[in-house]
Amino acid sequence: MSDCRRQWNREDELPVYLAGPISTGPNQRKSYGMFSSVEGAFDSKTIDFDNYAVGRKGNRTPRSSSRERVLDTSDPVGKTPGEVREGSRCSPSGDANDARSDVEVFTSENEGPNGKDGKLLIKGGRVVNDDRSFYADVYIEDGLIKQVGENLAVPGGVKVIEAKGRMIIPGGIDVNTCLMKPYLGTQPVDDFFQGTKAALAGGTTMIIDHVTPQPGDSLLEVFERWQEAADKKACCDYSLHVDIPQWNENVKDELELLVQDKGINSFQLYMAYKDVYQMSDAQLYEAFSFLKQLGAVVLVHAENGDLIAQEQRKILKMGITGPEGHPLSRPEELEAEAVFRAITLGNRVNCPVYITKVMSKSAADTITQARRKGSVVFGEPITASLATDGSHYWSKNWAKAAAYVTSPPLSPDPTTPDHLHTLLACGDLQVVGSAHCAYSTLQKAIGKDDFTLIPEGTNGVEERMGFVWDKAVAMGKMDENQFVAVTSTNAAKVFNLYPRKGRIAAGSDADIVIWDPDCVKTITAKLQQSAAEYNIFEGLECRGGPALVLSQGRIVYEGGKLQAQQGTGRFLPRKPFPDYAYQRVNCRNQVKSMQGVTRGIYDGPVYDVAPAPKYITPSPSAKTSPTSHQPPPIRNLHQSNFSLSGAQVDDNIPRRSGHRIVAPPGGRSNITSLG
Amino acid sequence: MSYQGKKNIPKITSDRLLIKGGRIVNDDQSFHADIYMEDGVIKQIGDNLIVPGGVKTIEANGKMVIPGGIDIHTHFQMPYRGTTTVDDFAQGSKAALAGGTTMIVDHVIPEPGCSLIEAYDQWRQWADEKACCDYSLHVDVTHWNDSVKQELESLIKEKGVNSFQVYMAYKDYYQMSNSELYEVFTFLAERGGIAQIHAENGEIIAKEQARMLQTGITGPEGHVLSRPEELEAEAVFRAVTIASQTYCPLYVTRVMSKSAADIISQARKKGSVVFGEPITASLGTDGTHYWSKNWAKAASFVTSPPLSPDPTTPDYLNTLLASGDLSVTGSAHCTFSVAQKAIGKDDFTQIPEGVNGVEERMALIWDKAVTTGKMDENMFVAVTSTNAAKILNLYPRKGRIAVGSDADLVIWDTDSVRTITAKTHNSAAEYNVFEGMELRGAPLVVICQGKIVLEDGNLHVTSGVGRFIPCSPYPDFAYKRIKARKQLAVLRAVPRGMYDGPVSEFSMSRGGTPSASARTSPTKQPVRNLHQSGFSLAGNPISPGPPAPEDLPIRPPGRRIVVPPGGRSNITSLS
Repeated sequence: MSDCRRQWNREDELPVYLAGPISTGPNQRKSYGMFSSVEGAFDSKTIDFDNYAVGRKGNRTPRSSSRERVLDTSDPVGKTPGEVREGSRCSPSGDANDARSDVEVFTSENEGPNGKDGKLLIKGGRVVNDDRSFYADVYIEDGLIKQVGENLAVPGGVKVIEAKGRMIIPGGIDVNTCLMKPYLGTQPVDDFFQGTKAALAGGTTMIIDHVTPQPGDSLLEVFERWQEAADKKACCDYSLHVDIPQWNENVKDELELLVQDKGINSFQLYMAYKDVYQMSDAQLYEAFSFLKQLGAVVLVHAENGDLIAQEQRKILKMGITGPEGHPLSRPEELEAEAVFRAITLGNRVNCPVYITKVMSKSAADTITQARRKGSVVFGEPITASLATDGSHYWSKNWAKAAAYVTSPPLSPDPTTPDHLHTLLACGDLQVVGSAHCAYSTLQKAIGKDDFTLIPEGTNGVEERMGFVWDKAVAMGKMDENQFVAVTSTNAAKVFNLYPRKGRIAAGSDADIVIWDPDCVKTITAKLQQSAAEYNIFEGLECRGGPALVLSQGRIVYEGGKLQAQQGTGRFLPRKPFPDYAYQRVNCRNQVKSMQGVTRGIYDGPVYDVAPAPKYITPSPSAKTSPTSHQPPPIRNLHQSNFSLSGAQVDDNIPRRSGHRIVAPPGGRSNITSLG
Repeated sequence: MSYQGKKNIPKITSDRLLIKGGRIVNDDQSFHADIYMEDGVIKQIGDNLIVPGGVKTIEANGKMVIPGGIDIHTHFQMPYRGTTTVDDFAQGSKAALAGGTTMIVDHVIPEPGCSLIEAYDQWRQWADEKACCDYSLHVDVTHWNDSVKQELESLIKEKGVNSFQVYMAYKDYYQMSNSELYEVFTFLAERGGIAQIHAENGEIIAKEQARMLQTGITGPEGHVLSRPEELEAEAVFRAVTIASQTYCPLYVTRVMSKSAADIISQARKKGSVVFGEPITASLGTDGTHYWSKNWAKAASFVTSPPLSPDPTTPDYLNTLLASGDLSVTGSAHCTFSVAQKAIGKDDFTQIPEGVNGVEERMALIWDKAVTTGKMDENMFVAVTSTNAAKILNLYPRKGRIAVGSDADLVIWDTDSVRTITAKTHNSAAEYNVFEGMELRGAPLVVICQGKIVLEDGNLHVTSGVGRFIPCSPYPDFAYKRIKARKQLAVLRAVPRGMYDGPVSEFSMSRGGTPSASARTSPTKQPVRNLHQSGFSLAGNPISPGPPAPEDLPIRPPGRRIVVPPGGRSNITSLS
C-alpha cells in the first residue's frame, strides 16, 4: 500500500502528459488499494460520455485544470477517449501535503449559494459506492446526478465544490423513524421538520417513517395524514412504512390500495404489545401470505408479547416500577424467540422477512443462523443498539434512565454494540436505522410510577452515520464501501429505491454527502438538532461526520451550518417486488410445489367413529378450512368407490375396539395398489 | 438406601435369585460381580456372596447385566374418538418386557374440560388391572384454569405424579397460548414439577393443513408436508425461552428432527435446564415412508411431530444421544390398527397418530449407537434407564444396579441378531414401522420385580403384577440447578428519588402502546403507596380528567420543559 502510494505521488510530480500512459500500461495489473483488486476492472461500467465528446479539452479553462492538478492527484489528462480511468486510486488524502480543511466552495461572482439552476460540480472527490471507490468529479443538475467521471464537460459558471480527495458518499437513508407516532394523545417532540433537520445534519438525506395507525383506524386515512404532515414539513425526501395494527378483511383492501396506488411496499407487523397491536401466529401467517402476494416487504417488530405481559405483571408485583423494569420484563431471549418464530413463518410462507430494531446479540445471532440456512431475512440494528447499551436503565437519574426506554430494550450486555457492528460488517445484518422517536422528559414522565407507561423511543437519526463510522470503519471492522452499503445502498435495495437512492451514478438523485472521516465531535443534547432534552449518546465521542450534505442537489449542510428548508421533502413512492428481496422468493415459489402421492383407494375396513367434532384431534383444519369436509375434485372418484364397498364395513360395525385385522404386514390385501 | 414397597409385593416374597458371573453395567461404571436378590430387591452385590441354599442361579457367563429399561413415554390403552389403541396395558407391557424394558411411564390424557384426577384414576385402574411391569404416569394438562391448578397440586402432593405434559399443537383442542404456558410453567416450577412439552406450532400447522387440503393433498404425505420440522424447532425454541423465563425444567417429548434437537443442544450449551426425548421411531427410521404407495403403510408412520423425511436424522439423533445433548429415550408407543388409521383415509388430518416402538427401543439404540461405536455401554444404560429414573425422581430405586434397588434387571446379549417384523412382535398392531430391520443386540434374560419374565426366548408375564411407582417432586437432576439460580436471580428495583417534575398530559382512552399491561396488571402495589402519597404531597394539581386513571397534573401537551440535559434539577437524586 505505502509503496504504491509513494509511486503515485511521484507520478503526480510528472508532467500530466506522462502520468496517463504509465498508469494505464499493461504492467499495472496489481492491487492499488483495498477496494479494487485489479486496475481497470471496473472500467466502462459507468459510461462517461464526456470522454467521447469532441473538443473536450478545449472546454476547460486553464485555471480549473491547474487546480485539478493540485487537488486531484490522479488527473488523467493524457488519456485517450474511451479510457475511463476511474477506480484503483490510492487515497491521496492520507498524505500530509493534502491538508484537510473545510470544503471549499468556489462560485462565480453572480451566482447564488447553490449555483445557477441548481447546477453543481463536486471536484476532486473520491466517490464511494457500495461496490468500489474511485476518483471522479460529480456534476449535478436539477437535483439529479448528470455525470460522474473525470474531466467532465460542464457549462460555464457552475458552482464548484472542491472535495479535496475526501469521500463522496450517497446520502444516508434512515429506514426507521417515528416522527409522528402518537402516544396516549401526545406526539414526539421531533416532528417531520425537526426530525429531518436532524437527519440532514447527520448526513442522512432520506428517511422512511413509520405510519402508526391505532387499531380500528383506517390505514389509508392515517397514511394520508402522515403524508400531508410530511409534505408540509419534511426537509429531505421521505417515504413511509405503514404499520398494521390489527388483521382483518378491511385491512386487506386498504393494503392493496396502498401498494398499488400509494407507492407503499413495506408494512410492519407486531409480535408484541399484547391486546393492542399484537398478532397471533395464525394472523401473522395470513398477513405474511397476503403481503407476499402483493410483493411487499414484511417488517416485523419481534418480541414475544404474551410473555412480556406476564413478565411486566410479575415485575410490577415485585414493586419494581422504574425504568429498570423495562429491560427486566423484556429480556433479550424474548426478542430472539420472536425473531426465530418470524423467520419460521417467513420460511413457511416463503416470504422475505425484515426484522426491525435488532437490539441484542441473541436476536442478531438468530438472524445470522437463519441466513446461513438460506432464509430471506434482513436485520436492522439501530443507532442506539450500535452505540450504547442498556446499563443506563439502572441510572439513579429517573429522567436519564427513562430516556433509554425503547422496545425491544437496549441489551444490558455491554458487548452488544461491538457484536452488532461485526455482523453489520460481514453482511449478516444489512441496514441501519435509527428508530428515532424522541419524547421529552415531560412525556416520558407519563410512566413515572409505572415503567410500562413510559413512551418508548430513543433518538439517533442525527448520530446514525457517525456512529457506524466511528465504531465500525474507524475500528477497522468495516470498509468504506460496506459503510455505504449499510447506511444507504442496502436500504435502497430492500425498499426498491435503488439506484435512484443509495448510489452515486449518473441518473441518481443528487443526495450526496462529503464525508469527513476525521472530524471528531462530542455528542451532547446542547448541540443536537433534535428537540429532545436528552441525548442517549450524551458525552460519547464520535469520529467521522458529514462535511457537506446535498439534498436534491442543494447544499443543506455545510461546515456545521444547516440550511434546511421546510417542505422541500418529496414523498417517494416505491414499487412492490423489490428484486433484492423477491428474486429468490419468486424462484423458490416455482421450484417448491408440493404434490400428493397417487395411490390406490383404501378399500379395507374403517373403524367407525362418532362424528362428534370435539373428539377430533387435529380438528383445527376442519374448522378453519372449508375444504376439509368437501374433498377436492380429484377425490370424488375415490369417494364413490368407497361408498360402494362401504356396505361391508357397516356390517362389521359392532366390532370390538381391540379387534385385530389379520393382514400381512405389507397390508397389500386390502389396498388396491397402483404402484 | 432400601426402598420399602413391601405392602404391594406379597406375591413375590419367596423369590430369591442369584446372577453369577455377569458384568454389571451402570451408567457410571462396569464391573464383574454377582447379584443376589430377594423379595424383588437387590440385596447383595459382590464376589463370593453368602446366599441361602436352594437359590435359583442364573449363569451370566460374562454377559452384561444392565438395569431394566425405562420407557418414559407410552400411550397404552389410549382412548381416541370412541376407540382405544390396540395395545392395552397387558399387551403393551408384555411387549415392553420382551424388549428388555421393565418399567413404563404412560401419559394420562384427560379430555379438555374434564377432571385431571378422574382421568388419572381411570388410568390407574386400567393399569393396575393389566400392567405386567411397574409403571408410573405423566398427566397431560389439556386445559388451564384454577380448578386444574388445584388438581395439579393434589396430583403432585398426593398422587405421585411429577411430570405434566402441555401442548403447543392441536389448535382449538389441546393447544395452549404462550401466556397459558407461562402460567403452567410458573406453577410447576413453584411445586417441583417437570414441564413436558409437545412442541409444534399448532397455529401454523392448522394453516398449512388447510392449504394442503386445498391443493388436493389428502394422503399421509400431507401429514409431514403440513408439519415441517421447522415448526417443531420453532416451538422448541419458544418453549425453551418460556421455561428459562419461569425457571422451570423443560422436557421436550418426541424429538423428531435434527433442527429441534439442535435447538435443544444449543439451549443446553447456554445453560438451560432442558431434556430432550427422541423416540424409537425417530432414532430408527425416517419419514420417507409417508410417500409410500401403500396407504396403510404410509398411515402407520403417522405420528406428531412427524418423522423427518431427512434420512440422516436417525444417525444425527443417535449422535446427540451419545454426546448427552439428548437425555432420555421413550417410544411414544401408541398403536392403532389399520382399520383405525383408515378413519383418515380421505383426510390425513383425521388419521390417528402413533407408532409402535416399546419393544424395539433398547435393541434399536444398541444397534444404532453402541455397535456403531457412537456410544459406550454405560451411556446406553444412562439413556435407556438411568436418566429417566433421575428425571422421575426414582433413582436409585430404578435405573441402577445397586444394593437396595429394585430387582429389574436385564442380561443383555450383544451378539444376537434378529429381524423386526409384525409377524413376531408382541404388539397387537398389524404394522411395525421397523419392519424388516435387522437389529443386533437383544435381552437374553429379563428379570422384573425379582422374577424371571424372559428366559430362553420364552416370555412369562403375569397381567396385573405391575405396581404404580409414585414419583416425588423436585427431582435433583432437574431442580438442583434451578434452586441455585432462583436464589441468585432476585430482581431488585433501583432506589431513586421521586420524579417530581412535570408530566405530559395524556389520555388512556386511545389504545396506547404498552397500555395492555396497565389493563391486565394491578397497578397499585403496596410498595408504591409511599410514592403515591409523596406525590400528592408535592401539591400538584390533581387531574379532574376522567380518562386519566392515575392522578396526574394537567399540562399543555406540547409544552417543552427546559432542563439541562442531565435533567438533574427535577430529580431528587439519592446518589
